[in-house]
Amino acid sequence: MIMGLLDTLFGRSRSSAPVARDRLQILLAHERAGADGPESELLNTLHSEILAVIKKHIPVDQDKVQIKVDRGTSVSMLEIDIEVPALEKGRER
Amino acid sequence: MAKVLVVTSGKGGVGKTTSTAALGAALAQTGQNVVVVDFDVGLRNLDLVMGAERRVVYDLINVIQGDAKLSQALIRDKRIETLSILPASQTRDKDALTAEGVAKVIGELREKFDWIICDSPAGIERGAQLAMYHADCAVVVANPEVSSVRDSDRIIGMLDSTTEKAKGGGKIDKYLLVTRYDPGRAARGEMLRTDDVLEILSIPLLGIIPESEEVLRASNLGSPVTISSPQSAPARAYSEAARRLEGEKLEVTVPTERTGLFGWLFKGRS
Repeated sequence: MIMGLLDTLFGRSRSSAPVARDRLQILLAHERAGADGPESELLNTLHSEILAVIKKHIPVDQDKVQIKVDRGTSVSMLEIDIEVPALEKGRER
Repeated sequence: MAKVLVVTSGKGGVGKTTSTAALGAALAQTGQNVVVVDFDVGLRNLDLVMGAERRVVYDLINVIQGDAKLSQALIRDKRIETLSILPASQTRDKDALTAEGVAKVIGELREKFDWIICDSPAGIERGAQLAMYHADCAVVVANPEVSSVRDSDRIIGMLDSTTEKAKGGGKIDKYLLVTRYDPGRAARGEMLRTDDVLEILSIPLLGIIPESEEVLRASNLGSPVTISSPQSAPARAYSEAARRLEGEKLEVTVPTERTGLFGWLFKGRS
């Protein structure tokens, strides 16, 4: 009761349902892409081919390459995140 | 033609057994021949919720193993003569429920009843898979709460991939039943709203059952809420859901409790 009053006075929002909805939407988009969907097959192929190209030039760790797809309504976002070891000074341009 | 309906959810405690009993009784009240089947082997409870716990002699596993005839295991409800229950066994043997056995029993039930309502156990294991395997349609029971909605999504995926119909290239009709809904809290943004849940799960809505004291009262009494207090808000919501299952087009509303002035004055003071 008192907490509720304080929340109202200091304008802290009590509505947690929109947070729940957003968390679920993000999580389920991810889970539906799932372990055996066609999308994950595509991601696996991309993962190994991209890794192969980069390995020709820079030594990278297999586990340090992250590929994600964020499915949107009109466009989807393909996010590729590659962690490379610090490059030697001499090779920097 | 007989219809096999599975009541399922993934998550436990969301109201599968309550909903099976209430929908089964509501369908039977319209004159349909209905059997409710408990698939929760080892943890049977549908008998208790239906008030038939002292009349159980034989069960589903006895029928599957050939120790009893189906007609011996079926318990006729004392209140509605077109309603029967097939109880689960209390055995701890997980392998007692076999795919062939279930197929045989469902086949026999199809000849006797208009509706075969299978009360699924929680989880996504064998019991849940066997409960949904022969289904023509499914009622996915969900609470407006994150873990329940997530599990419902998994179950919908399974209904589309591991059922007999799905394997034959068909699709089973899936409906969402939202239970324990509090319209006030949803309006204040404290609870997921039904349209949020619908948008996330994208299956048609069968009904919204409001949170109500009557549901616990019904299970205390061993009577489906649609029998024990047919005028209560949850009972009306279940009865309308049952009519929708029979193909009626009814707008979905959240029934409210019809209370007198006295009840109204003291409502919400808890």
